[in-house]
Amino acid sequence: MPLMEARHLDFAYPGGALAIRDVSVSVEPASLTAVIGSNGSGKSTLIRLLAGLLRPTGGEILLDGKALDAWQPRMRAREIAYMPQATMTVFPFRAIDVVLSGRTPHAPRFGFESDRDQAIAMEALKAAGAAHLAERSVTALSGGEKQMVILARALAQEPRVLLLDEPAAALDLKHRAEMMRTLARLRDTRGLSVVMITHDLQLTGSLFDRILALRCGELAAQGAPEEILQSELLAGIYDDPKVRTARLGDQTMVWIDK
Amino acid sequence: MRANLIRAMAILTLLLAVSTAVALVVGSQKIDFAILLSDPFSRTLFFRLRLPRVLMGLTIGASLAVTGASLQALFRNPLADPYTLGISGGGALGASVAIALGWGARVAGVPFVFLASFLGAMLAASLVRAIARTGAVVLPGALLLSGVVVNLVSLAAVLTIQYVADPNSSLQILRWMVGSLDVIGIAPVGYMLVLLVPAWIALLALSRQLNLMAIDEDTAATLGVNVRRCETVVHTLCSLIVGVTVAMGGSIGFVGLIVPHAARLMFGEDLRVVLPGSLLLGAAFLVLADALGRSALPTGELPVGAITGLLGGPAFLWLLRRRRQYAAM
Repeated sequence: MPLMEARHLDFAYPGGALAIRDVSVSVEPASLTAVIGSNGSGKSTLIRLLAGLLRPTGGEILLDGKALDAWQPRMRAREIAYMPQATMTVFPFRAIDVVLSGRTPHAPRFGFESDRDQAIAMEALKAAGAAHLAERSVTALSGGEKQMVILARALAQEPRVLLLDEPAAALDLKHRAEMMRTLARLRDTRGLSVVMITHDLQLTGSLFDRILALRCGELAAQGAPEEILQSELLAGIYDDPKVRTARLGDQTMVWIDK
Repeated sequence: MRANLIRAMAILTLLLAVSTAVALVVGSQKIDFAILLSDPFSRTLFFRLRLPRVLMGLTIGASLAVTGASLQALFRNPLADPYTLGISGGGALGASVAIALGWGARVAGVPFVFLASFLGAMLAASLVRAIARTGAVVLPGALLLSGVVVNLVSLAAVLTIQYVADPNSSLQILRWMVGSLDVIGIAPVGYMLVLLVPAWIALLALSRQLNLMAIDEDTAATLGVNVRRCETVVHTLCSLIVGVTVAMGGSIGFVGLIVPHAARLMFGEDLRVVLPGSLLLGAAFLVLADALGRSALPTGELPVGAITGLLGGPAFLWLLRRRRQYAAM
């Protein structure tokens, strides 16, 4: 049984046209899934639907075979973690405090996080490559550093499904690779499933198990990276006939001709 | 984390005890505590005027500070407070209308002016909320803007009423506007506490959720917080608390804005410490400000609202310069 399943999802923002149209996808346990597509193709909307932040106007979303709506928010928060594109925190919280907030669904309703929660939060910071930022205030961090802290917050939640909205956008080459290694390791050791929006198609080539391609709110294609990363298919997804691909070892290079 | 809370509570309880003691001793009339119980004059002065006034200061200071801290976290805005959300202005307008029309009547023992003020505060709060709401979402920026405008319009209306009202009412309205802790007898404070204590406790019980909201609204939602419900409950509780305090003490400015910032500066950002911390610190701050107001002039006294404004305004500007990221709001 898939861990998460979306069936015939429709979604329209109030007063708007359909932003998601008849999308059916499933998330397998222990898998890395990339969501690709041009700007405005509905990627973030799809992720937010899966996170339960938006309610579908049609269709249904199942987690463990049970409707997402029917889950208690606190129980659901133990299963699904979400990392937004940008976190606008105005108060100078320490990074470790932000990461600790990820322990909320596991901690008692009143009272503070335990020593074990502290340890898990530190571990998550380490896994995200941000252990050195623990005591810094998040308002003083750079965009990339902040993303690493927010990723650590999502990891500290110890979910089974991790929904990431462009987590790599502000990361440099090295940290991007580190993040992917961490996610792959968690997939292999803990059976974590990741659904991640990315514009970096180089990243998707050898690292992901599966790619979902959205175009104008519809699922244009889904499959293994080598099936999706084809010139003609990508040309259709990005509405540009000059998209080219080439294999280089086990990597697939994607570029657009002049 | 827990150690931080215990440390904060210990420090602030001590501060509160000292402030209360100072406020009970200071005043235009000297009270000889040695003969307090035997001398009828001292006894009346202390138990009918001084003590109720200090209790009133503690209650209102705690209320304004804890609502300020809650609203700032809820709307992720360091400028949110009962003033900038229009609640205080609405209360002042309600009271002014009642005073100008000379409605001295009491409803179930409560002076009508208080009721009018409370209604004004609640009306302003819901008006601001309704304006800032689009669909199910309350936009924090729009909330603050509409709050400031509602406040300004209310104050303009109060000025207009003052202008056309007779001089006696006009003076009364001015006193209301500036805010004062004048109270006779302990009973009014008791009535206030019946309403306020449950509301305080409810806010404190929401401090973990407010902590998540202060970091990020979407993240809070995916961590199990029912964001819409939290927003409605906290905003309603704050409006209720401020409605009661404005009705009793007039509009006392800057406590709700400055005290939460001071608490955060001292004890960090965690709302589970900042909320109870603001409650105690606000109480201490207001009774000290009032003690200052009662002893600053050789004869008579300065209204506490003037003192908090004169102290709080510059303190806030200093803070603004220290924490540059607030400038981007």
